[in-house]
Amino acid sequence: MNTPAVRCQNLQKHFGEGDTRIEVLRGVDFTAMAGQLTFLLGPSGCGKTTFLSVIADLLECSGGVVKLFGRDIRSVPAAERVRFRRANLGFVFQQCNLLPSLTATENAAVPLLAAGARRRDAFDRARELLTRLGLGDRLDTLPSRLSGGQQQRVATARALIHQPRLILCDEPTAALDHRAGEAVMELLAAAGLAPDRAVIVVTHDTRLLHFAHSIAKMDDGRIVEVATRDPVSNQPGPALS
Amino acid sequence: MNFVAWKMLLHDRAKYLGLVFAIAFSTFLLENQTSIFAGILKRTASQILDVTDAEVWVMEPSSQYFDDTKPMRDTALLRVRGVPGVRWAVRLYKGLPVARTSTGHFAQSIVTGLDDATLVGAPRRMVLGSWERLREPDSVIVDRAGYFLLFPGEPLALGGRLEMNDHIGIIVGISEASAPFVSFPVLHARYSVAVNFQGQGRNQLSYVVVRSADGIALSELCARITAQTGLRARKTDEFAWDCIQYYLRNTGLPVNFGITIAIALVVGTVVAGQTFYLFTVEHLRQFGTLKALGVSNPRLVAMVLLQAFTVGLIGFGLGTGMAALFFEVSHLKIVTRGITLIWQTVALTGSCMLLVILLASYLSVRRVLVLDPAVIFRS
Ligand SMILES: Nc1ncnc2c1ncn2[C@@H]1O[C@H](COP(=O)(O)OP(=O)(O)O)[C@@H](O)[C@H]1O
Ligand SMILES: [Mg+2]
Repeated sequence: MNTPAVRCQNLQKHFGEGDTRIEVLRGVDFTAMAGQLTFLLGPSGCGKTTFLSVIADLLECSGGVVKLFGRDIRSVPAAERVRFRRANLGFVFQQCNLLPSLTATENAAVPLLAAGARRRDAFDRARELLTRLGLGDRLDTLPSRLSGGQQQRVATARALIHQPRLILCDEPTAALDHRAGEAVMELLAAAGLAPDRAVIVVTHDTRLLHFAHSIAKMDDGRIVEVATRDPVSNQPGPALS
Repeated sequence: MNFVAWKMLLHDRAKYLGLVFAIAFSTFLLENQTSIFAGILKRTASQILDVTDAEVWVMEPSSQYFDDTKPMRDTALLRVRGVPGVRWAVRLYKGLPVARTSTGHFAQSIVTGLDDATLVGAPRRMVLGSWERLREPDSVIVDRAGYFLLFPGEPLALGGRLEMNDHIGIIVGISEASAPFVSFPVLHARYSVAVNFQGQGRNQLSYVVVRSADGIALSELCARITAQTGLRARKTDEFAWDCIQYYLRNTGLPVNFGITIAIALVVGTVVAGQTFYLFTVEHLRQFGTLKALGVSNPRLVAMVLLQAFTVGLIGFGLGTGMAALFFEVSHLKIVTRGITLIWQTVALTGSCMLLVILLASYLSVRRVLVLDPAVIFRS
């Protein structure tokens, strides 16, 4: 039960060389446990997005180790890394990044299609999930005809549909009002978590902290503080101090 | 993921149509210009190719192309007939007299004088009358386009009179001769009649037209004729090419058309290629999202290629249709008659467009492949 989903040690990342060299991650030590919703807080520009990109294997780190479910993915051959990411990771971005030409159903089905699922099956699953998320009357609507909250719910469905073991969210509620934000977080907590699955959320919105099992604070490229809920009464509750 | 590629492509109707029309327009321009060029070049050999019975043309050694004929002695005909392997050989006269009508119109004309006995080389496609009537005294056949030049505004009719060098030719037929390179009327008459239309009657032999006996190669026959008579002998298609090449070498035709075709090619390539490249660049964020969601690079390449070939095929089809329509209408007009869309230019244009599409896809695909999917985390 208490296995780490993500474990980073002394993670380094810089951009550029010489005069333009920027140290963004300066030795990040970080753990997110399976079965838990982990929040990542920190001021703008401290490296949170860069950190998520490295965990997601979308960006190469300059040094250190990242282990996902005990496995160092940088030791895996490139072709298999794509497959690993496809099977095990889900994303919710600050900008929903829905494909404007696809309907809600089609957008939500993309991860299944990318993995080679039959179109019919993928769409069936997407419809079912979207209906559960309260978008039953918006299945064939293009993103441009959806509200911001609805778009983010479609994006959440896309992150959930293939039941990935790790969902990474970068400020998923930043563009939403408080109620829509709450709804998205409830979805992630309810459908994204399981004893062997984890969710990591970057956010500025302290009103959502009661969803967290664990909170990490980042500043200037390092994790500066970690707070965990009491493992015995592991319940959603008041914000951690 | 194919349907995602198509949906991306069709989502922005304006851009999609822009792409298709860029390719269609370049296709049209290229096929149109190259076909007209080929058609005009072929006109330089019209009078040769219209003599469908001829297999070998014999002429004065210094004659280079059809319109540059030096007369031979009348005896040349008998010398050619004496060459083994010649089944038959007949004389052909070519002159450029000025024809006048009773109404005072006149025009320089191309006159072909045909062997009196056989009428080899008589026009095959007749609009009015028949070529057999050339046996009547002082008879001539004029081509339809030439008739309109000589008798402007008058309906096609037989019995009209043409005066050339104080000799009268009576129109007994109107033909549909292939258009000559210069827009002169094309007249046909018997040899003995035609020679009088321009200057004196003797030693005016322009060509001896030959048919080979069975079992002898034409090139062998040409060599024999040259060896035995000292005259120049060319197979019909060789002679036609001689004319085309003469005009290619000695006129501004290739330069003028070359420039137009080059412009069409450059504009077409740049417009079509650039439009498609920009289309992909504008969709990079979407490709990045797909990449982050686990769509592999080969799949992304397949998507870009599918998009490129979809617009390429539709655009090329549309452009070829437009070109076909253009020639369907234009070949009915007198000045542009006989100029049609030929498959060679369609194939050539198709290859060009394929290259453009491959190049544009290659450049676009490179952008997609080096695309860092982490950018989609950034706003
Ligand atoms: N590709 C890049 N090249 C250069 N600098 C970058 C790049 N990506 C991020 N940075 C810099 O890294 C720092 C951290 O950025 P980011 O991870 O987006 O922070 P956060 O998400 O916490 O706001 C910023 O100063 C940013 O300018
Ligand atoms: Mg950020």
